[in-house]
Amino acid sequence: MIKGKFIDNLPKVYGIYTGGFLVFIILMAIAEQAGMTAKAIGIAFVAFTVGIYALIGYLSRTLQLDAYYVAGRQVPTVFNGMATAADWMSGASFVAMAGGIYFKGYGYMALLVGWTGGYVLVASLLAPYLRKFGCYTVPDFIGTRYGGNVARVCAVIVLTVASFTYVTAQINATGTIASVALDIPFEIAVYIGLAGILICSMLGGMRAVTWTQVAQYIVLIIAYLIPVFWISNKMGAGFFPHVMLADEVARIADLESQFGLGTVKNSAADLATVPKGLAGITKAHSSVNATPWAFISLAVCMMAGTASLPHVMMRYFTTPSVKSARRSVGWSLFFIFLLYSSAPMLATLSKLSLMDPTLSTGIIGKSIADVQALDWYQNWNQANLMFVSDFNGNGTLELNEFFMGGKAVVLATPEIAGLPYVISGLVAAGGMAAAMSTADGLVLAIANALSHDLYYKIIDPKAETKKRLIVARVLLFIIGFAGASIAALEIQGILGSVIWAFDFAMSGLFFPLVLGVWWKRANAQGAIAGMLLGLISGTAYLVWVRNGGAGFWGVTQLTFGIVGSLVSLVSMIVVSLMTPAPDAATQRMVDEVRIPSGRTVLGKQH
Amino acid sequence: MSKQAQHWEKTRGLLFVTLAIWFVFSIGIFFFGAEMEASSFRPLGYPLSYYMTCQGSLGIFVILIFWFANRQEKIDEEFGFTEREDD
Repeated sequence: MIKGKFIDNLPKVYGIYTGGFLVFIILMAIAEQAGMTAKAIGIAFVAFTVGIYALIGYLSRTLQLDAYYVAGRQVPTVFNGMATAADWMSGASFVAMAGGIYFKGYGYMALLVGWTGGYVLVASLLAPYLRKFGCYTVPDFIGTRYGGNVARVCAVIVLTVASFTYVTAQINATGTIASVALDIPFEIAVYIGLAGILICSMLGGMRAVTWTQVAQYIVLIIAYLIPVFWISNKMGAGFFPHVMLADEVARIADLESQFGLGTVKNSAADLATVPKGLAGITKAHSSVNATPWAFISLAVCMMAGTASLPHVMMRYFTTPSVKSARRSVGWSLFFIFLLYSSAPMLATLSKLSLMDPTLSTGIIGKSIADVQALDWYQNWNQANLMFVSDFNGNGTLELNEFFMGGKAVVLATPEIAGLPYVISGLVAAGGMAAAMSTADGLVLAIANALSHDLYYKIIDPKAETKKRLIVARVLLFIIGFAGASIAALEIQGILGSVIWAFDFAMSGLFFPLVLGVWWKRANAQGAIAGMLLGLISGTAYLVWVRNGGAGFWGVTQLTFGIVGSLVSLVSMIVVSLMTPAPDAATQRMVDEVRIPSGRTVLGKQH
Repeated sequence: MSKQAQHWEKTRGLLFVTLAIWFVFSIGIFFFGAEMEASSFRPLGYPLSYYMTCQGSLGIFVILIFWFANRQEKIDEEFGFTEREDD
């Protein structure tokens, strides 16, 4: 059926795969009609998809350095876009984003703008130049451009801090979904998720992660779009929700004022009875509810963070050319756009279906006893994601008496809207794909930096290929295991850790990376000062605000990257100018990087 | 001026234009959230502020990157710095 090289047959291979997945969904739907239980469907979805990723991971195993580190630099533009989109869209994007929009409205949507706008920076400032450089990892670029092991080690430190913060959140998300879908305790589910992640990445490194990420993108986008379109059509809101929900958005605004949003407040004693992690609707859905600075500062942090996160940047090391790296950024954002533009629509549909008393699914204004008797309410209440309580004792559910977990918007809406359970199984598979694909990229980014930059470049430069690849895999295993152990402790919520990761990356790496290409005068001393002082001041600010510090300029614990990156920029410029300019060889290297043609700065195998 | 310096000058010019457009739609317009909400211009019937955050700016970024990539390729071609296919 498939002849010739795998790379030449990609559209065919993934076409068959997509068709196969759709057939699987239909088979499950038929099985549901025939009486297959909800639990069995959930298990089938997760097991089937994770099994396929594991198979791809196994088939992509490799013993070559450039295949392991950069997928042999032959990933075509559009497919690299899909892989990046999966790498990028994490459990937070898939499971938590629509929930965030549902609860916080406009102020939260700064994340949508930030997480897409950052790609303009990636495309114009960094990706093509780093591709021309020919590095294996981000610290590889810093170490070679600025010269010296100190700069390299600093970059490894920043990368590890940022990526590790991020990866615990992703392993947490895989654990949450696996525990719901497979009906097992969270502490065990976390390690099952980890096993899946390691199978996908250990044997084939970047090559295996690339091809599983493409497969995961296909699953996650199908799993996100089908429910959005289905619910919209079922509610009669319009067959193409993205362009047809204006009336629904306006209707929510009417209902908000009708139900007294913002005027009826819960007492502290009442709120204390609400389970931890659940929230009620307290902010308007569509109207502007954040100050310009609150919105803009958050968006700026997410944009600069996007351009500094190593697991995203290293995806553009895998394209065949500089030109395709540039275009590939555009495709990445296009594939991300498909999901991000759907999240607000899902939040709108979800909110309206719960709020509107004229819809059969609406619960606000119904009697508390009726709501408590609903099947789906009982399911999600048991999962600790939904809660109602008759605070004012009038027997009727008011808007301020309904509480939900952020994850429930994506996970529970299909069930609330009365879609068959097969859709809930599909959504679980999608969430799993999103969290796994990001975790894969992150674990690999950390392990590669440690094995290539720390072990090979500094500790044992004479190590042979075989030994390097063994070290890389051992590190991958250790980091994955450490991430899972911390995830099992559940210190910080999924979304909070993700935002911190962006701030850490921005504090330490944004300016050293950008100035490395755009400012020839930047030297090693400056870069070291920029990375260390940036990371330290950002972290110090975070600790200070977390411990009750007042903060300044309206910078919160979610936007501490602003402080970190400003310190980084200033110290990098000042120290660079106070110390000698980089030597002629380094200046020539920067000139080389700035044109697409010619050899890469670093050789094919290094 | 050498070919390479000219190439870099044009590349930098393109960067500034790209970043200016990026700035307007990622930061600039959100200084005026309340004004956008009150605006009578409502794309597809959504309030302008809501529309820009959930589709408008996002879509503009996608188009902007492809436009930027095309312009940069033209600049590279003009100065003969395009990669050979077998690179």
